[in-house]
Amino acid sequence: MSEQTIEIPRRESSILRAIKSVALLRESAVGMVGLAIVLFWVLVALFADLLAPFPPNATIMPLVMPGTEAPDGGMFLLGTDHIGRDILSRIMHGARQVLIYGPLATVCAYSVGIPMGLAAGYVGGLTDEVLSFIANVILSFPVLVLYVIIIATIGASAVNIVIAVTFASAPGIMRIVRGLVLDLRSREYVFAAQTRGEPPWRIMAVEILPNARGPLIVDACLRLGYVIITIGVLGFLGLGLPPPDPDWGGMINETRQMAMAFPHMALFPCLAISSLVLGFNLLADGLREVSLRD
Amino acid sequence: MMIFVLRRCGTMVLTMLVVSLLLFLLLEISPGNVATKVLGPYSSEEQRNLWLEAHGYFDPIYERYFRWLGNFVIGDFGDSIRFKVPVGEVLWPRLANTGILALATLGVVVPVSLILGVLAGMREGSTLDRTISVSSIVTTSVPEFASAVLLSAVFVFLLDILPGTSGMSEGFDLKQLILPVMVLAVYDFGYVTRMTRASMAEVMLTHYIRTAVLKGLPYKTVIARHALRNALITPFTVIMLQINWLLSGVIVVEYYFAYKGFGALLLEASLNSDIFVIEACAMVAVFVAVATQTIADVGYTYLNPRIRFS
Repeated sequence: MSEQTIEIPRRESSILRAIKSVALLRESAVGMVGLAIVLFWVLVALFADLLAPFPPNATIMPLVMPGTEAPDGGMFLLGTDHIGRDILSRIMHGARQVLIYGPLATVCAYSVGIPMGLAAGYVGGLTDEVLSFIANVILSFPVLVLYVIIIATIGASAVNIVIAVTFASAPGIMRIVRGLVLDLRSREYVFAAQTRGEPPWRIMAVEILPNARGPLIVDACLRLGYVIITIGVLGFLGLGLPPPDPDWGGMINETRQMAMAFPHMALFPCLAISSLVLGFNLLADGLREVSLRD
Repeated sequence: MMIFVLRRCGTMVLTMLVVSLLLFLLLEISPGNVATKVLGPYSSEEQRNLWLEAHGYFDPIYERYFRWLGNFVIGDFGDSIRFKVPVGEVLWPRLANTGILALATLGVVVPVSLILGVLAGMREGSTLDRTISVSSIVTTSVPEFASAVLLSAVFVFLLDILPGTSGMSEGFDLKQLILPVMVLAVYDFGYVTRMTRASMAEVMLTHYIRTAVLKGLPYKTVIARHALRNALITPFTVIMLQINWLLSGVIVVEYYFAYKGFGALLLEASLNSDIFVIEACAMVAVFVAVATQTIADVGYTYLNPRIRFS
């Protein structure tokens, strides 16, 4: 260590900086609406046990219209489904499923896609060509075709949905990371690190990746929306999380045949999933707007 | 230019080959499974072996792959396990139905999203721009199955003016096509609109547009003769790539409305492990996706004067 006494300005703690960047979002009305919707659903999912008026899988009174009083007190605010389960309670517990598996699958996809993109962009050459070709092949499948084939082959379960999402989304993430790395790798601080003799993995992880976070965070928000749609679609096609636990897509699929007579059974889960996806999309839009501003 | 086109076509063929290999490995790696699926779970060991023998499944895997690929190229996809007829007989009519659905959807999406996108991008930040931008985010946030339920609730349950299913059991009926097209269009137009808007907004900031305005040309002429030409290059690519998304969308919509198309066929085949149908459908889907992407790439290069004349 040198004995010089240069006053280095203290870097603010990362928590403080994170709070400041969230505060920036205040400038975007659209982003704040998105954040509010997402937070609403996160709170509902967290406190589903306290908030839900009935157990989600309990059969109480079948095919009751919204606003009917329950036999043992309480009220079916959104009615009940064909097996007599309270729809409001199922939507609340379904939020939990979506908000566990959606982010989990997205994180898995990123933890595969980011190393691939870093390697392709930083190492380049043959590594890049091979990885890019693999990505192109996977991305040439229409997304849902890929999901349907994978899930139909390996079976429908929560773990398999996470695997399928990872497989199908990692190439897209890889492409974005690769593009960012190609831009960043000729920066001075990267040269400085190379001159210091830092190993490539360290340059990629410590010098490049943190500087690529802006676009990645926006992309993650959008992608989370798509993953939530995907989980919903798979549930809707009968390839989703196994019953009886509530899953929004599955709720719509189970009840859509009767939707002509009792539209409330399918309508409310539809509104739930649409609003959550809308929340993430608005949030992404707000983040992009804020990040472009400075 | 010629070399570029040839290279793109080469990549396309290579991609198709790798996709076919992936599908083959995924679905036919274990002959025992194939036999069980073809002959049913109650077939005896002996029957399965006989069938495998007769269809050459005891040959080395690379030989099987190339034979399978050769049959594929000449349009022999094998027999459907469920329908007991050659896959082609089931596939082609279904594909034609989906083609009608897709064309009708594009026929709505393309003009609507181009017009809205240009209007929004023409005056960035105006009230019209904000309205169009926000509503396109809202419509892309509603998954197809949700908008199918919502639109059915309105047009079938409340107003009772449209049929709720599109089975087309008594011949082709335009009325049954309206709801599926509406659902697909609502989901798809948002993205194309946003891309058109971004492209138009970028063009409006260029120097040549400012020159044209300062020269005293009427605003309409500036838009029609100078801005549109360059602003519509990106949307062309986006629309071609949108076909890939459309192929995903048709699975959901065809399933919901019981429309007898290719997406519903793929889903049924997957749920029933009708492997030869899955293979054929997947290959067709990837072919359409890769072909449109190639057209998009080549077209983009051709349309963009900066690349064309260099």
